[in-house]
Amino acid sequence: MTVSTGNATAARQEPRGRRRERPGRLRRSFGAHWYAWAMVAPVLAVMLVLIGWPLARGVYLSLTDATEANIGRTIGVNVIPSTYEFVGLDNYLQILTSAVFWDKLLWTVIWTVVCVAAHYGIGLALAVMLNRRMRLRSLYRVLLILPWAVPAFVAAFIWRYLYNSDYGVINGMLKLAGLAPVGWLDDPTTAKAAVIAVNVWIGVPFMMVALLGGLQSIPSELYEAAEVDGAGPWQRFRAITLPGLRRVSSTVILLGTIWTFNMFPIIFLVTRGGPGSETEILVTYAFREAFTGVRNYSGSAAWGVIILLMLVVLAVGYRRTLRAQGDPW
Amino acid sequence: MSGRRPRGERGPLASVGLHAGLLLAVAISLFPVVWLVLTSLKPRDGWLSSELRLFDDSSLDNYARVLTATEFPRWLLNSVLTAGLTMVAGVFLAATTGYAVSRFRFPGHRGVMWLLLVTQMFPVAILIVPLYNLMAGLGLLNQIPGLVIAYMTIAVPFCAWMMKSYFDTVPIEIDQAGLVDGLTPFGVFRRVVLPLARPGIAVTAFYCFMTAWGEVGYATVFMSQEDKRTLGVGLQQFVGQHWSDWGLMTASAVLIAIPAGAVFLLVQRHLVTGLTAGATKA
Repeated sequence: MTVSTGNATAARQEPRGRRRERPGRLRRSFGAHWYAWAMVAPVLAVMLVLIGWPLARGVYLSLTDATEANIGRTIGVNVIPSTYEFVGLDNYLQILTSAVFWDKLLWTVIWTVVCVAAHYGIGLALAVMLNRRMRLRSLYRVLLILPWAVPAFVAAFIWRYLYNSDYGVINGMLKLAGLAPVGWLDDPTTAKAAVIAVNVWIGVPFMMVALLGGLQSIPSELYEAAEVDGAGPWQRFRAITLPGLRRVSSTVILLGTIWTFNMFPIIFLVTRGGPGSETEILVTYAFREAFTGVRNYSGSAAWGVIILLMLVVLAVGYRRTLRAQGDPW
Repeated sequence: MSGRRPRGERGPLASVGLHAGLLLAVAISLFPVVWLVLTSLKPRDGWLSSELRLFDDSSLDNYARVLTATEFPRWLLNSVLTAGLTMVAGVFLAATTGYAVSRFRFPGHRGVMWLLLVTQMFPVAILIVPLYNLMAGLGLLNQIPGLVIAYMTIAVPFCAWMMKSYFDTVPIEIDQAGLVDGLTPFGVFRRVVLPLARPGIAVTAFYCFMTAWGEVGYATVFMSQEDKRTLGVGLQQFVGQHWSDWGLMTASAVLIAIPAGAVFLLVQRHLVTGLTAGATKA
């Protein structure tokens, strides 16, 4: 809330309030806001140079037929000029009409939905359990957070070893139980299940901690009042816990969706996209497109633009839904 | 069931269920790491067996090989340098922005917030091609500064976003007191708010470090020279398509994961706040 200090400078400064700028005030506001802009300037400059420019160039490349063969290079003292041409929306048409794109999109969507749902569901269950008063609580908490501390590429390698068909411990345990070993990463279905399992293992701790933080911010009086009114555990969960977590949930689900959608190292390192390109998600496919064989720069850039557009649409839609439900921001 | 009990109590059955559930979860969360450590301690070719023997003639052979017979130390140094530089540059550049979007409702505020969110969505594929060409043109391929520049595209918006959340937790009355005392807005930021937000900045820095530390995509493409690789790229050597040595792999994975994990567990309490505090308070 706005706190009035009666001081002219402070009043001009527009403390964190709900006040919104109206277009008419824009010009006059320079005097009051120049320092805010000055503080934002370094980041804007970096983003403009490092993101804006490559992005613009990426969009441009996606409209050409640039590959490794025809892009300008400097080899020693020889400068080879670029010979690629502007081809308009050809790349996009080609991608959007190809079966491989829709295949990858479908798998990427399944991958994202299953992973985020599992992250959230398991994370919430564990957070609710950890929120109880009990012995060894902080020990459980620390042990459950551990996977989060393992860098993603290390985790990917660990799991690849666990899944190894000859020496992996998972098959070792199957053999011990008298079952036939499974070639986890050799079959499309098991490979997909395998990468999902790895990502769930990595992602649950973050959700758990975030939701636990959310749970702890719900005042316990609410639960006591509900219990006095005779509400059962399930009713309390639905009427107090879930609404109380709404803000945290919406943020972590959005972040989780974006992260999972773009989760590069897991798939790149666990299955290398295989068998075939069955576990390849959009991001890793676009990456491989650009950097294997004859490097297809334009095609990869077009994939990138399409992926980005999908995510922006997703985020806008998501935010809009939240705002319609009365969320600020 | 619990309706008949005094508040806050639970039956013995519920207690057993609770602990059983948590123990199962702990087992799943720990098992891969434990198995990794055990495998790394097996003798040289010990990984060629999935037998569930534990400390059977364990040795530090794999560790010795990783540290002396491979480029691992070089990769480690490259990773530390890259992640360290990314962290310093990211935090330094993003601090004021985080503060500005936390405190001031200036025209363009919403735009900046959106920009920060949208850039978090950038898939590696969209920038990698133009950045690669740019680096090639500037002679920055296989150079640590080049990789740091690429990482800035990830780190800067991310740091700004996280720091905003931390500045949100510093009461605005403190800023106002500073202004009353005659400080300029920059003075308030530098002398009053920045010191108060120091734990938040430390966590942001750590997170930023870990992001750069764990990145694989850019590093794979930009650092193709053997002695310029970072850990995420270099380790792929150990388990290639045609040859793999899981002994080397597991030992190096332990060497990477243990220090990172230790620091992580120390600061983990504060980690999530940075990403969600802003949103929960909004």
